[in-house]
Amino acid sequence: MTGENGNIIEINGLTKRFGSFTAVDNISFHVRKGEIFGFLGANGAGKTTAMKILCGLSLPTSGEGTVNGFSINGEQEQIKRHIGYMSQKFSLYPDLKVWENIRLFGGIYGLGFKELRKKCVSIPESLGMEDYADKSVSSLPLGWKQKLAFSIAMIHNPEIVFLDEPTGGVDPETRRMFWEMICGAAENGTTVFVTTHYMDEAEYCDRVSIMVDGRIADIGSPEELKGRYGEPDMDSVFRKLATKAKRF
Amino acid sequence: MKEFLSFTKKEFRHIFRDRRTILIVLVMPVVQIILFGFAISTEINNVRIDIVGDMTDPTVRKLVQRIDNNGYLEVKGIFTGTDVISERFRRNESDMAVCFEDDFDKKLDKKGSATVKLIGDGSDPNSAQIIANYVTGVISSGTGDGKKETTAGSPLPVKYMYNPSMLSSYNFVPGVMGLILTLICSMMTAISIVKEKEFGTMELLLVSPVKPIWIIISKAVPYFVLSTINLVTILLLSRFVMHVPINGSLLLLSAVSLTFILTSLGIGLLISVISSTQKTALLISGMGLTMPTMIFSGIIFPCESMPEILQWFSDIIPAKWYIIMVKKIMIEGAGFSFMIKEYTILLLMTLLLLGTSIRLFKKRL
Amino acid sequence: MNAIEIRNICKNYGDCKALSDITLDISEGEIFGLIGPDGAGKTTLFRILATLLLPDGGNASINGTDVIKDYEKIRCSIGYMPGQFSLYQDLSVEENLDFFATVFGTTIKENYDNIKEIYSQIEPFKDRRAGKLSGGMKQKLALCCALVHNPSILFLDEPTTGVDAVSRKDFWNMLYRIRESGVTIVVSTPYMDEASKCDRIALIQHGRIIETGTPEQIKESYPYTLLSVKGKPAYPMLRFLRRCPGIISCFSFGSEHHAAIDPKTTDERTLAGLLESNGFKNCRIKEIKPTVEDCFMQLAGKVTDNTLRIK
Repeated sequence: MTGENGNIIEINGLTKRFGSFTAVDNISFHVRKGEIFGFLGANGAGKTTAMKILCGLSLPTSGEGTVNGFSINGEQEQIKRHIGYMSQKFSLYPDLKVWENIRLFGGIYGLGFKELRKKCVSIPESLGMEDYADKSVSSLPLGWKQKLAFSIAMIHNPEIVFLDEPTGGVDPETRRMFWEMICGAAENGTTVFVTTHYMDEAEYCDRVSIMVDGRIADIGSPEELKGRYGEPDMDSVFRKLATKAKRF
Repeated sequence: MKEFLSFTKKEFRHIFRDRRTILIVLVMPVVQIILFGFAISTEINNVRIDIVGDMTDPTVRKLVQRIDNNGYLEVKGIFTGTDVISERFRRNESDMAVCFEDDFDKKLDKKGSATVKLIGDGSDPNSAQIIANYVTGVISSGTGDGKKETTAGSPLPVKYMYNPSMLSSYNFVPGVMGLILTLICSMMTAISIVKEKEFGTMELLLVSPVKPIWIIISKAVPYFVLSTINLVTILLLSRFVMHVPINGSLLLLSAVSLTFILTSLGIGLLISVISSTQKTALLISGMGLTMPTMIFSGIIFPCESMPEILQWFSDIIPAKWYIIMVKKIMIEGAGFSFMIKEYTILLLMTLLLLGTSIRLFKKRL
Repeated sequence: MNAIEIRNICKNYGDCKALSDITLDISEGEIFGLIGPDGAGKTTLFRILATLLLPDGGNASINGTDVIKDYEKIRCSIGYMPGQFSLYQDLSVEENLDFFATVFGTTIKENYDNIKEIYSQIEPFKDRRAGKLSGGMKQKLALCCALVHNPSILFLDEPTTGVDAVSRKDFWNMLYRIRESGVTIVVSTPYMDEASKCDRIALIQHGRIIETGTPEQIKESYPYTLLSVKGKPAYPMLRFLRRCPGIISCFSFGSEHHAAIDPKTTDERTLAGLLESNGFKNCRIKEIKPTVEDCFMQLAGKVTDNTLRIK
């Protein structure tokens, strides 16, 4: 369901105001099918607001766009059905067991009974946590929870998956494993839209955008950006752009 | 002392910045008084009576006259058979039917007794009961012509002292006072302490050198003030809008009320100690305090008509004792010597609650 | 002299061992970093030191005062900033600061010099409610509140979690200035790149200290030869590297991969040849010094074998 030019997300002049405060100020960008797109920005730059609109959770004040071929201005329900979403804050029900979570979210996305039964076995197996399928999610270490949450976000094989700070606070090894999962998903053709505060993770993205004060300050592949600003790594690029922020 | 003042200032700020809550807290007593006063009235007023019987019978006519002359009762219709009554109730045209048997006068003369049957609208049993009692009283009270007049099965005439027309406001004003004070003091204090636990600010307060007792007292002061404002509102409303007299000493009433506020604070503290989220605190104070207070305070039904085991249970609810004292002071105008037992119980409860909760209040996480 | 001495501290929550046998010495005037992922036990240790929790075993002292017996004395001399933003959201910046100053028996005026540097940055917004501040400003306010009573030891529990890279840098600069005034700072963080900013660090995982020392000492104790490998395409190359002989572990670090090798089996040149012959482009390999993150992963005692199987 992508446009002719192979873009799975196309956004034009997206603006979101809350009263007199412009959280997202006329941003335009696109995301190609199958790429890992890093959506970076300082706290309060407007990332979360923009992401909510893309996921069909909120309406823009003005501007147009499509996600997976559906308009962000009226086809929110279709958008929600065709995307995967995972955030650091809420991902799974801690008091439900691993397989119960799988069954719940699979059910929400309309998976058939047979398929659900298969997933309840295959997901824990692919994560190497077969022995934990019958444990409640709250008893898992954070890293495992996040990996499980990602698998569940992918349960309905969405064209695109949105990840909101998926690796915050996770130990370094699990963090890398998580990114390997992301790379694996991208290899299989899923588009990944991800936010993060770890700038080394920005390097793993095919392209990144950096938001400052509600606008997209720059966009491009990590190599392009590093070249453009003459910096050795994304951390310095980010700092160079984000220090221009005037908004508190 | 400076710490304490600054604490109290902070609590007041929390309260005043939460416009919605302060509105609810200040408006709630007004709404409750008006609600109980006008909407849920259980008093006898403009009761519509249907008569079934032979109006040519002299005794019947006399009794009907008496009913009609009564200020609270009004004869709406006179019928010859009972078959129309249920239809009248359904259409809400009548509240009670008084049925005289045939040859009422003759039977009364010969046998010394005749039967009057009262048919009440049982869809509202409370009112029906009250009305039936009242009508029975009217019919059987005294006989004008020296005839021996006893209606079969009728109880002795009832006269209500202090509250001749059984105004329900006499009952619910003390009840609402108990309810509001419990709500404001216990629930709000509990929630405001638990809120600090939930938001993590308690962590910071605990690592400070401030003694926990001061945290507790400074939490209590603003709600104490709010409750006092509420108390004044309720008293003014009930005196000037509901016309409930304050027969006893205002000073005594204030002293008793202040004691009860302390009791409620103790309960609030106890709740805050045992609950870790605002939701739990709200549920405990809602189900564990408000409901029993409503039930046992006599707003809805009298304690005396409950099963014995529930009456025992009602004894452990502080609001019950407070309400009894308020009734005595406001309605009967009784002095302190008439409520020593109740006051002692309340005071002991207060000391126990405050002592326990302060001891249980954790100095660590 | 040691500002903090921790001896064999244990703490269990039910069956879960939150801390087991922690022993640490933290010297006066240093920035000590407790580095580890979420759930490693950092917050529990902080709460024990801040006298908010009792340990199940062991003991600790701050400035020679026992944290269990003399907790009231300690509470006057420490500043504590919990992980979660714990100021009053409905009070303004100034009201918050004023309140915490009074709670600790002082005034803003008395200790203004102490917080001037940080407070001056948020002073223009002093009438704004704390709940309406941005992440970076909230953090500055919280730091002011923890410093306002002039404590000799400052505990900062994950002050930079969820904070963007720019604000994090600002924050560390503030910590250096605070250190200059002689305050001992104990800070915890899940960000490994912040480890090198501390004077000394302890790596913590699953409630155990796995290593202590200066960042330099820890890096020097890394047992393997470490190579940085760059090339395209990156992700398939990572998987390929892990299958190569002589590779002990391999993880991606931003745009490059860090491969720990056994010098007896393989070297830069062999590896470069292998990569070229398997069709990887722009390969560049050089020997590098390990980062704290490399050390952490090595010490955490996991090997690359148990990688994820994604199908």
